[in-house]
Order: sequence, then structure tokens, then C-alpha cells
Amino acid sequence: MDKVLMKGNEALAEGAVRAGCRAYFGYPITPSSEIAEYMARKYPKIGGTFLQAESELAAINMVYGAAAAGARVMTASSGPGISLKQEGISFLAEAELPCVIVNISRGGPGLGGIQPAQSDYFQATRGGGHGDYHIMVLAPAGVQEMMDLAIEAFELADKYRIPVMIMAEGTLGQMMEPVVLREQVAEFYNKPWATTGCKNRKPNIINTLHLSPDVLEQRNVHLQNKYINIKLREKRAETYMTEDADIVVVAFGIMARVARKSIMEVRKQGVKVGLIRPITLWPFPDDVVEKVSDTAKIFLSLEISMGQMVEDIKLAVNGRRPVDFYGRIGITPNPEEVSKRLLMLAAEEGLR
Amino acid sequence: MKIVAQKPESLTDAQFHYCPGCTHGIIHRLIAECLDEMNLRESAIGICPVGCAVLAYNYFNCDMLEAAHGRAPAVATGVKRMLPDRCVFTYQGDGDLASIGMGEIVHASARGEKITVIFVNNTLYGMTGGQMAPTTLLGQVTTTSPYGRTAEQAGYPIKIAELLAQNEGSAYISRMAVNSPANIRKTKKSIKKAFQTQIDRKGFSLVEILSTCPTNWGLSPIDALKWLEENMIPYYPLGEFKVKEDMQYG
Repeated sequence: MDKVLMKGNEALAEGAVRAGCRAYFGYPITPSSEIAEYMARKYPKIGGTFLQAESELAAINMVYGAAAAGARVMTASSGPGISLKQEGISFLAEAELPCVIVNISRGGPGLGGIQPAQSDYFQATRGGGHGDYHIMVLAPAGVQEMMDLAIEAFELADKYRIPVMIMAEGTLGQMMEPVVLREQVAEFYNKPWATTGCKNRKPNIINTLHLSPDVLEQRNVHLQNKYINIKLREKRAETYMTEDADIVVVAFGIMARVARKSIMEVRKQGVKVGLIRPITLWPFPDDVVEKVSDTAKIFLSLEISMGQMVEDIKLAVNGRRPVDFYGRIGITPNPEEVSKRLLMLAAEEGLR
Repeated sequence: MKIVAQKPESLTDAQFHYCPGCTHGIIHRLIAECLDEMNLRESAIGICPVGCAVLAYNYFNCDMLEAAHGRAPAVATGVKRMLPDRCVFTYQGDGDLASIGMGEIVHASARGEKITVIFVNNTLYGMTGGQMAPTTLLGQVTTTSPYGRTAEQAGYPIKIAELLAQNEGSAYISRMAVNSPANIRKTKKSIKKAFQTQIDRKGFSLVEILSTCPTNWGLSPIDALKWLEENMIPYYPLGEFKVKEDMQYG
């Protein structure tokens, strides 16, 4: 199949188009802006709606309206902008409105910087806004996956009526790789709940207010049951050389690629290292981690943060094995320093 | 038997939760009558605010959404852009629209978003117990301006209709009041014009409606109507501030 050289942000945007998304509302922020620019160029030609909102708040609420109207809709931003969107994401989660939210992530806190980072992991996987809720979070590790997971995200969003976030480091947004263009999605979900005008039916109401304590509890139980269902069916991870590994690195996104390079290097020196790459950050693939902990001696969480996913690994390992952490912020750890850390770990644990 | 008055089809049978003497009920009825008379109920999609009218989705007998505080114009934008042939309206109070939602309303107007906004101005935050709003008059006592609003401490009340009329995207902007039968009739006429502006795709439309809050003003319903007339109308003059007849775009 023919391959096209594409930038990650553009591959993601084209993936959304191929998933049938014809509505984009966003606000410019580095390093995500190419997604908005791509849609601004593309949509006038194919009958889609691109609108540059006055703020991140407005953008996410336009997403709320478009999703309520039954459309496949997307917005994209980065750290500080995603923080601003959290009010809307909480409402979307409660109203069970499907949509795709992209975080081309950079380092914080505050304005932080524009270098790639994974330090929005907690925000993404713990709900991020007020109330008891989760959104699904997908983490691509290459430009092809930027496209593939964009398509997947819309399917999951409609299937479970849930906001789905794609969290990809700025690196993935900005770098170019060859991509196989996927087929246009042809089948879509019926949305009888959408507010489209009540002709020939009773009025639909999309609402997140539940003043009665009983009703509020029922709504929360309903959401939790949905999350349990998603946890049962949708956890995804890729494993690499974990079968015989003494040390198992857990890394997602661009860090998984750094880890692969280090693993090949360190294996040459006789240390058995493997990799678990979570593809869904929520639900976290704790089943895979738990299974690997039958054979692994120690885990290493490798992150572009000060240590966030490491907590989910510890929950999954549940005290059966030690869990080490290596991470930096602002600077993406390179394969050499990761190899060094792995060799040090092997020496400490007597694994060489 | 001849029916001389009945509940509009665009209202449900649900009992209003509004306080006695509050004019939200009148405004709801006017909107519903307009939807009925203009045959818009089945194509209408309404967006509620956060505030006293947060439960309006229980009262309007058409598709309804409940938005976050101040965000109704952005939500309406999302709906309208997906469904350009539907009638999309927001119903917002002065805390919701003129304070926390100022960004959304100004830009919806500037974009000429083809939606209709019903803006209920009663000079304070009603549902939260009568706090000062951007529309609170100078000298007016509220729970957060207990000695009366001063310009030095809290600035001046915002005139939304005049402000938004300046935007090129605004096609119909008016300020009405529901303090007398004559004004109620004028208000209904204005709401119809606003909906017609949307149907004709002329641009953004908003009707600001001066309304009473007897509970938080500490007045009887009759005294509240008098207070509106004597204090609000001199500062917030009634009338049409923008009527764009010719321009069509989009």
C-alpha cells in the first residue's frame, strides 16, 4: 500500500476526517496548532465545520453542542489549554456526549514550556475536572498510530458515549513518518438521544443537573458501571520481549520507542529487559502488568514526568515486585541514559 | 365551548419552581407562545443557563440542553453549526451572560451566530441568594454589596444591549420589560422579531428583558414591578438597538 510522509498532527487530523468527523472547534496553542490548521484547510473543501473559538472554554462547549446535535466532533490543545477545557470535559462525561479531545502534550506546571512531556498523565487518567468520572485515554507511539487511534477514538466515543482523549507528546505531533492512509469509515452509530428537534418524537433533554440525591447517586452508579464495562473490554497494551525479562520497562508514547532502543542495547550486554507499552492509559492495562509480574523481577516506569504512571504500575503490581522510576521533565530521556539506568538497576539487583 | 386562553403547546405540564411574583414565568410563556405561533416547536433546540432558569428544560416542550455557567452561546454555536435549519435559542440570566459568560456572548454576537438569546436581567444573582451582578444598579443593596453598590468599589452596571448592538454580527438587539401588560405585549413582539431574524439568517439576535426578583429585592411583587419601572428603566432604556434589515450572509 502506498505510504505518505506526514507530520503527526496532520496524520491525526486526517484520521479524524476519515473517521467521519466533520466538526472541529479549537484555539491555537503550541505544539498542537497544526491540527486546527489542517482542518481549516480541509473542511471548506469537504463540507465540514471548522471554527476557531474565542477561548478553550468556548471551544469545548461548542464541542458539547455539536456532540449533543449528534455529530462526530473534535478539539485539540495542549497542557494549559486542556486545563481550561476541564469544566467542559466534566460536563461532557456526565452528559455522556461522545467526542474526541486531543492533548499534544507539553511540560507544566503553569505555562511550563513547549517541550514534549507526559506530565498531564494524572489529569488525563483521573478525570481532570470535578466529580467522579473518567474519560478514555489513548496514547499513540508513532505517526501511523496518530491516524489509526484517531479513527479508533471516534468509534470508542460513540460505542460507549464517552469523551475519548488522545494524548501524544509534542514530539509525535511535530515529527514526520510514512503513513498508510486508512479507509474512510462508512458506518455510523444511531444517536436517538441527540437534541436535533423533536419532530415525530418526544423532546430529548441533555442535562447534567441532578438535584435529587437519589438521582445523583443513580447517575454516578450508572457511570461507574459503564467504566467497569470499559475496563473489562478495552484495556490495551503492547508487549515486547517480556517473556524472559528480569527487568520490565513500562513506557508509553514516544518513551516506549526510546525504551525499545535501550532494551536492544542492554540485551547485548546480557541483561534481560522487556517492555510493556500501555496504549490505553485509561483504562490502564493493569492485567498485562499483573501477568508479567509473575515472571519479572523488577519494573521500571519510564516517563517524561516526575513520576505519575508509576502509581498505576504499583497498583497493578500490588507489592509483589519492586517498581523503580526514571523520568525527566523538559528533557526527553535519551536511549543512552535509559540504558545506563537499566544497567545500574541490573547491577543493584544482581541481574548480570 | 370556545377556548379563549390555554397553555401553549411549547410549554410542558410541569409546575414552575419560580418564586411568587417572579417574571420568569411570564417570559417562559411568551417564548412558548412565539414558538407555537411561528410553528417552531419541533425544530427548536433550547439551551438553559446556570441560575434560576437552570431547570427550564423541564418547562419547554422541545429539545433542550443544559449548559455550564455562561457557556450557553458556545453550546448553541455547536448545535446551530451542525443543524443550521433548526431554531436554536439560549435563555440566560445576568450573572450567567453578563459576568462569567461575557466572552461567549460577545463572540457569538461578533461572529453573527444565527442564534436567538433571551437575556433576563433582574440586576442580581437570584438562585444563589441575591448577590451583586454586573447589572446591579449603583446604590443597590445585595448580599455582596450590603452597603449599596459603589462605582469606586465595583464599577458600573453593564448595558448589554447597547454593548452588543455595536457588533457588526448582531442583526437584532432590543431591550424590553415585563412590568406592564403593554410592555409584555411589546416583549412578545420583540421575541418574534428575534426568532424571525434567525430564520432569515441575518445574524445574531438578542432580547434583553428587564425582570423582577421580589424575593431577593425584598419587595412585594407589585412593589417590585414599580421598582423596575422607577429604577431599572431610567438606566436601562427600552427599545430596539439594532435592526439589520438588509444584510444576509452565510
